[in-house]
Amino acid sequence: MGEDAPILAADHVSLRFGGVRALTDVSFSVNRGEIFSIIGPNGAGKTSMVNCISGRYRPTEGSILWQGRDITRVATNRRAALGIGRTFQNLALFGHMSVLDNIMVGRHHLLSSGVVQGMLWWLGGAQREEIAHRREVEEIIDFLEIQAVRKAPAGTLSYGLRKRVELARAMALKPQLILLDEPMAGMNLEEKEDMARFIVDLNEEWGMTVLMIEHDMGVVMDISTRVMVLDFGRQIAIGSPEEVMAHPRVRSAYLGEEVEA
Amino acid sequence: MDFTLFFPLLLNGLIVGALYGVVAMSFVLIYKASQVVNFAQGEFLLVGAWVCWWLLTTYPIPFWAGFLVTMCFMTLFGIILQVVVLRPLIGEPVISVIMATVGMSIFFQALMKWMFGVFAKPFPPIFATERVQVLGLQVQPVYLLSLVVSLFIMLGFWWFFTYSKHGLAMRATAFDQQVAQSLGVSVPRVFAMSWAISAVVSSVAGVVVGVVNGVSSALSFYGIKVFPAVILGGLDSIIGAVLGGLIVGVLENLAQWVDSEFLNWGNMTQIAPFYALVLILLIKPYGLFGTKNIERV
Repeated sequence: MGEDAPILAADHVSLRFGGVRALTDVSFSVNRGEIFSIIGPNGAGKTSMVNCISGRYRPTEGSILWQGRDITRVATNRRAALGIGRTFQNLALFGHMSVLDNIMVGRHHLLSSGVVQGMLWWLGGAQREEIAHRREVEEIIDFLEIQAVRKAPAGTLSYGLRKRVELARAMALKPQLILLDEPMAGMNLEEKEDMARFIVDLNEEWGMTVLMIEHDMGVVMDISTRVMVLDFGRQIAIGSPEEVMAHPRVRSAYLGEEVEA
Repeated sequence: MDFTLFFPLLLNGLIVGALYGVVAMSFVLIYKASQVVNFAQGEFLLVGAWVCWWLLTTYPIPFWAGFLVTMCFMTLFGIILQVVVLRPLIGEPVISVIMATVGMSIFFQALMKWMFGVFAKPFPPIFATERVQVLGLQVQPVYLLSLVVSLFIMLGFWWFFTYSKHGLAMRATAFDQQVAQSLGVSVPRVFAMSWAISAVVSSVAGVVVGVVNGVSSALSFYGIKVFPAVILGGLDSIIGAVLGGLIVGVLENLAQWVDSEFLNWGNMTQIAPFYALVLILLIKPYGLFGTKNIERV
């Protein structure tokens, strides 16, 4: 399969919690280099879908394919090592830790030094390794313009900055695919514009494929390559932003128009 | 007033307190990483000390070799306990997990008594000299060793949590397991590691105390002394654990001094830390350095 297969595919994924059907028979694929957005009303199953991809939930039926390989039963931390990074809808920073330490946790799977090698700090090359990692982390910090707060405890930052630190931490994984769960929720217009620019740049310059959940339709239609619409756990449309906006059921869901049966 | 006893007791308090601090640190380590209150902490000291004693009295090996083998054994011991006893309990109510640790405590105490008997047994002598002079006080070299070992372990903890990859992963896991996992941290591995480190570090304290006082089931009493220390310092603070341990050690010995000089009630050594525990719980229930849980409704 390799390069030809889509970077990520969901194959007839269903997720049930007891009697609640969070997702029903959702299939889609994300191509390498895309910005793929999932939209839909609250409770449509968007975050559930992302959780199935990141490994937090396991689909009741169906499978998740990573570059053609079935990863449905692979543990969350292994998926991170494969190259899937994510941010969370509700901020999930390590509040008492510094911004830098938060980001360094993201490098966990890339740091090869074990306990013993770490203890032999000066002999074992752990120091050299750390310097190389720190350089890459500094690049991410520069990119997201958070130099000024790098030593500050993450919990003390403003909301917009914390969102950026969380993005930086996910980027530190060096993921091939980055899952962003509402990266712009609760931001003002200026912060949203900044965040949209960061997402486009990390897609184009850093070569990360983006899968994003977002409510701001303006941003979604602006930067997405393709869009999928979920409603009540079912896929109701998928395609380019224009195609999706023209879809009658999407128009009814978002614009309140009557649909002729 | 007789101060001849005061300074030796103060020094003794600091030395014993440093050991309490070390045990309290390893207790807090488990609590922070996996939210388990480990009632079998004292048995780590006991098992470690007995294993080391058995190695040294059975085989003609030098102390340091026996000590190293003991540490390797305790690493495995901690990992096996976590994997066999505690991993199946992940997701069960906290009280079940606590009961499991209480059960382990009883089991290992009984096992050690069955294997090694109920009487205290002395370690073979390690140091050639009986006493050395420090600041005009007569001190046993083992006490000095214990102080050095404690300080070394504390520095090691500090380094581990500040600079090492695994320490960072452990802090992240303590904060939010789901998020740590999504960043590539293996939570089961972090849990196993925290139990292994905790068992090793406690057993170091166990061996040191065993060398000083002889090995007996009294060692597991350190596991109970840990509670005033960690409550004093705050359940989830490593630095708090160290300071709590030192305070408890000094408090015990000063209580003994006050008791012998003025009160003559007897047994204040044993009880004073628990008076402090009750007071702290009344005044500062999160401890001196613990995290306050503020719930917004």
